[in-house]
Amino acid sequence: MKHRKLRAIGFNALGVIVFVAAVFPVFWMVSTAFKPDDEIFSTTPHPVPAHPTLDHFSSVLHDNVAEVSFWTYFRNSLGLALATVLVSGLLALLAATAVARFRFRFRTTFLIMLLVVQMVPLEALVIPLFLDLKKLELLNSLGGLVLVYIGFAVPFAILMLRGFVAAVPKELEEAAAIDGAGPVRVFFSVLLPLVAPGLVATSIFSFITAWNEFVFAFTFLDDQDKATLPMMMQYFFGHNGNAWGSIMAASTLLTLPVIVFFLAVQRRMVSGLTAGAVKG
Amino acid sequence: MLDTAPAVRTAPDRDDPGPARPRRRFRPGPYLLILPTVAVIAVLMFWPIVQIGIMSFQKVGTRQLRGEPAEQVGLDNFRTIVDDPFFWQTLRHTVLFAVVAVVLTMVVGTLIGLLLNKLGRRMANVVAGGVLVAWATPPVTAAIIFSWLFGSTGGLVNWTLDKLPDALVGGGWDDHNWFATPLSTYTVLTICVVWQACPFVAVSVLAGLKSVPSELYEAARVDGSSAWRSFWSITVPLLKPIFLLLIVMSIIWDFKVFTQLFIMSGLANRDAFNLSLYAYSEAFGSLNPKLGMGSAIAVVLTLLLLVVTAVYVRVMVRQGETR
Repeated sequence: MKHRKLRAIGFNALGVIVFVAAVFPVFWMVSTAFKPDDEIFSTTPHPVPAHPTLDHFSSVLHDNVAEVSFWTYFRNSLGLALATVLVSGLLALLAATAVARFRFRFRTTFLIMLLVVQMVPLEALVIPLFLDLKKLELLNSLGGLVLVYIGFAVPFAILMLRGFVAAVPKELEEAAAIDGAGPVRVFFSVLLPLVAPGLVATSIFSFITAWNEFVFAFTFLDDQDKATLPMMMQYFFGHNGNAWGSIMAASTLLTLPVIVFFLAVQRRMVSGLTAGAVKG
Repeated sequence: MLDTAPAVRTAPDRDDPGPARPRRRFRPGPYLLILPTVAVIAVLMFWPIVQIGIMSFQKVGTRQLRGEPAEQVGLDNFRTIVDDPFFWQTLRHTVLFAVVAVVLTMVVGTLIGLLLNKLGRRMANVVAGGVLVAWATPPVTAAIIFSWLFGSTGGLVNWTLDKLPDALVGGGWDDHNWFATPLSTYTVLTICVVWQACPFVAVSVLAGLKSVPSELYEAARVDGSSAWRSFWSITVPLLKPIFLLLIVMSIIWDFKVFTQLFIMSGLANRDAFNLSLYAYSEAFGSLNPKLGMGSAIAVVLTLLLLVVTAVYVRVMVRQGETR
């Protein structure tokens, strides 16, 4: 009995260590963001700010980075992410319905294509997509970038959504059809409300994809007033390398929404990524 | 997952009247539903891959960007690459980093997954939540946070190492620059990437462990098997598919790591390049863009990953993911 208790204490201690190691970098980011400069560069680091200050946040929100205000970066990032969510959500819902509700030729081919596409090294596609968008005169435009992000977000969104569509009992749709509802009506009145939670989870994933993306935005957007938050971070970090308080305040503003969203949907994300691998 | 197949599968043609009637009516529905997605993927993923292939045999530079037709150069790009020791250096960085990062991610992630499975429910939820914070952090911020932790002035790591006894870690950590040599740059990169990647492994392994019937472990314990033996004889074989999948995904993610290295070390620091950074820098890094060369390097990277992807798709198909 005593042996078992000792073991439980040991495991819990390990759990605490893992928790601290996992959270510490993010904690340190937030903590630095609230510290006055003399504490940040003090020879004895303080884990928690002794004299917390909002100076760094206010300087991020009010001073310009590369002559552009934080809110411009924020608006660009938010617009890109929302447009990606809307379009990729619609495309994914259509395709997920096809895959979950119908048997058709090329269905397996289509699913394999979705799997393969997720493994394509996106960084390798920067070069050709740069030239294509240049030809279409969509370079240096948020619209062109949204197109690219949709391509990245859709395959995973379909794989994630199809489980939700498949989980809606087909009998409900059949019952509605017998009552005289056409396919469009069935889709909007029966299927859509029932897959709504799945659609939300998928949307958050697409949102994060677009919100976090750096390489393509950095390469395709030239004008600073079209730049995104990750680009702002990179610029800030590269040009004011030692303004750690403000850099960490900006990082906090970029990161916390993602973490909150992420914790809300993680369960479904894991099942989307490895669904089936644990079926047993 | 519900199997909707029987409902729509056509009945066996017992009373097929003959060749005059087609065996199955063509229904455009599902094709219309997947059409937009297929179009998007074809234009944004498959066509660009074909383009990299074409461009890797071309010279595409400033003049081509102005609209002149590309110059066919045959295998010149590849010949230049293979003859350049710098290419082999970036390839070495890519492979070594992937090997170290994948092994560490798998080992640490699996251990955390096993631990989560041993903990009580409340504690497990707290730890899992904390681990997910690491996973959720955007790559750009993760790279910046680790640059700060390993910063030469005010960085916490240097301070800690400086306080530790010199006999243990050596001295002179005070303003040590972690980004001065490729080896120490990659050390920081590895810690950053593993920190972000092992939560996914942990959570997936945990999901797998939950599916293993606990009777198996009890039976093994009754038979006198140690925890170590149980892990290798029960857990590993049963979770083999998921381990395989996680390894393949980790290899692919770590092979093409870009954003974190770009932020930490940048385009100016050529010594620390990996393949993706090399390709990018050839294509966009200077006033003399060499998009053909960049494409050739990207082709090498893609071909290497293609092998791994083939394994991945095979596993997924075997798992019934495409059923």
